[in-house]
Amino acid sequence: MPLTSRHLLGLQGVPKEDIQLILDTATTFREVLERPIKRVPTLQGKTIVNLFYENSTRTRISFELAEKRLSADSVNFAVSASSVSKGESFKDTMRNIEAMKVDMVVVRHSTAGAPLFLTKICDANVINAGDGIHEHPTQALLDMYSIREKLMKLEGLKVCIVGDISHSRVALSNIYGLKTMGAEVSVCGPLTMIPRFIEELGVKVIYDIDEAIQENDVLNVLRIQLERKAREYFPSIREYAKYFGITEERLEKNGKDILILHPGPINRGVELSSGVADGLNQIILRQVTNGVAVRMAVLYLLGTLN
Amino acid sequence: MKAVLKNINLLHPEQKINEKGVDILLIDGVITKIGNLTKEDSASAEVFNFSGKYVVPGLFDMHVHLREPGREDEETVITGCNAAASGGFTGIACMPNTEPAIDSAEVMELIHKQSSAHLVNVHIVGAATLGRKGEVISPMAELKDAGAVGFSDDGVAIKTASILKRALEYSKMFDMPIIEHCEDESLAGGAMNESINSTRLGLPPIPSIAEDLIVIRDIMVSEYTGGKIHIAHISTKKSIELVREAKKKGLKVTSEVSPHHFTLTDDAVKTYDTNTKMNPPLRTQEDLDEVYCGLKDGTIDCIASDHAPHSLEEKEEEFEHAPNGIIGLETEVGLALTELVHKKIINLEKLIEKMSINPRKILNIPIPKFEPGQTANFTILDIDEIWTVDLTKSKSKSKNSPFDKRLLTGKAVAVLNKQMMYYQDKYFKL
Repeated sequence: MPLTSRHLLGLQGVPKEDIQLILDTATTFREVLERPIKRVPTLQGKTIVNLFYENSTRTRISFELAEKRLSADSVNFAVSASSVSKGESFKDTMRNIEAMKVDMVVVRHSTAGAPLFLTKICDANVINAGDGIHEHPTQALLDMYSIREKLMKLEGLKVCIVGDISHSRVALSNIYGLKTMGAEVSVCGPLTMIPRFIEELGVKVIYDIDEAIQENDVLNVLRIQLERKAREYFPSIREYAKYFGITEERLEKNGKDILILHPGPINRGVELSSGVADGLNQIILRQVTNGVAVRMAVLYLLGTLN
Repeated sequence: MKAVLKNINLLHPEQKINEKGVDILLIDGVITKIGNLTKEDSASAEVFNFSGKYVVPGLFDMHVHLREPGREDEETVITGCNAAASGGFTGIACMPNTEPAIDSAEVMELIHKQSSAHLVNVHIVGAATLGRKGEVISPMAELKDAGAVGFSDDGVAIKTASILKRALEYSKMFDMPIIEHCEDESLAGGAMNESINSTRLGLPPIPSIAEDLIVIRDIMVSEYTGGKIHIAHISTKKSIELVREAKKKGLKVTSEVSPHHFTLTDDAVKTYDTNTKMNPPLRTQEDLDEVYCGLKDGTIDCIASDHAPHSLEEKEEEFEHAPNGIIGLETEVGLALTELVHKKIINLEKLIEKMSINPRKILNIPIPKFEPGQTANFTILDIDEIWTVDLTKSKSKSKNSPFDKRLLTGKAVAVLNKQMMYYQDKYFKL
């Protein structure tokens, strides 16, 4: 059974069967990653461009590895090395790349909707690797994969996303994906970082981190952006760490076995204490490994559609 | 030239004229006789059979961006006037956010020179402050003498309450309005209305209070100074309620709405079509419903296009980077008839008040009269013609509109002004 769409732009509106298929396919590729020779010929002859308009070493490397392990030819197009700095429009850049006959484009862009725009001007399969504060579907898929791997299910689980929800593409994709898979989703963070109408997505809002710990099976803790602009949304790092940071004391106090995810990179001592970041509850590095398998699954399923 | 407009419906809300099936005799574009014409009257006249069409006082759009001087690649005075005539307008007021801003008699002169021979009357809204910077009020007396009909910092609200106070005090001497783009600077900068849609789409939000806060500031400063304030492109429920309250108190506050704000909600942004990006942004159904109430009860005095031409290159950028605004002169009448008159929000008479009479009243411009001796200043409307918007046929130099291919009911078929007529895509002397 193939996927219902030839692009992966986000998880909004993606049917349960598609998510299930991606996660199940990832399980197969996860096994490949444990082999001594971590390479399959699945996408041999396919050309993939990693179009990164925004710096993201981790996501790019994860995609690159996934592409290489599927034997695809991949090219990196990074903003600093490109003609974008020469004032070329997004559309022209894309047309040029398409003229080079590529099969798939993995795109990271600082503005929402850029991947959708791409699908209108080129024929390749488009995979969103993060657009503005909109979606980051492969991150959410790898989060779901990692939760499922650990807890054996998604349906009926209570998952809370903690941190700056307003400026997070990870949060929105997680909300859509988890809800589709039957999980109960809540968000927790300072109200200045929670979108005003988020409850209309069927998400509960929690202000108290202890309540979030008590009520949930999983915490997906987001990175707090420490750049100047994001810093205007909370009083101080000290205050954030004190009232929203996850520490061992907090976990102990609430006496709960809870699974902790983080998309990385971690601000140690801010959203997670070092003890928690390295502790028994977290699966942070596992997420990174799974990320490659999930991206292989997405590339494979889309790349073999046509 | 002798011309007869035959079998028309004559409608003039201000003169309380509403007659069906009359003829008008024009000699050299001047109204000579209205009523039943004799054979002698019509002898050797060119006869235009406008059976069933409405002749109304020439429509007026008080919020148009002509882009000249500065961005002639997007619109010039002439192409803007052509779009106005084709959309059914005999008069427009152009806004001062040009480069340089219209803050001197010299820039006004340049625009007047371009427009003087055109059928469409171009009136100018001067900048309220020098360079629209919100620091020093503009030479309003000089601008008035050069023909300005109002003042605005257009595109932004006047920066501080203290400068607004001065602008209102100064303009009060001439009984001229300050036209405000109401947006609190500290809350501005987003790409769409703050709603569940902005969250879903991941676009930086503009909260509705950004508009409301400046509306209430402006109303209060207007009340304090006694100066006239006109709220441009009103779009939120709360702002309309505030204007309604102000009007109840008898304050000198008026307002206008743009066709896209009574036609579309922010649901239209879902495709990231940059032609749905405007400022103020498209709002919610709740706001639209209040717009209808405001149009009905007179809180909203005028309909104005906020015609904002932008080049294709600019509108093809990513949504967050694309400029705000759409062209509107040629879809305004069709949208107003379709969305307001045919859906029975307001009747045709009220619509003509809002598109012809009220804007002129606000800007102290004489209202065209239907009586012998007057030069004809008419718009001829076919309120039932069904047509499809085709941007390739637009007279504007830019094509940025979300209404391409939209089916509309009702349009302007001709305009007459300055002893000229525009009909079937042609201008000719009367």
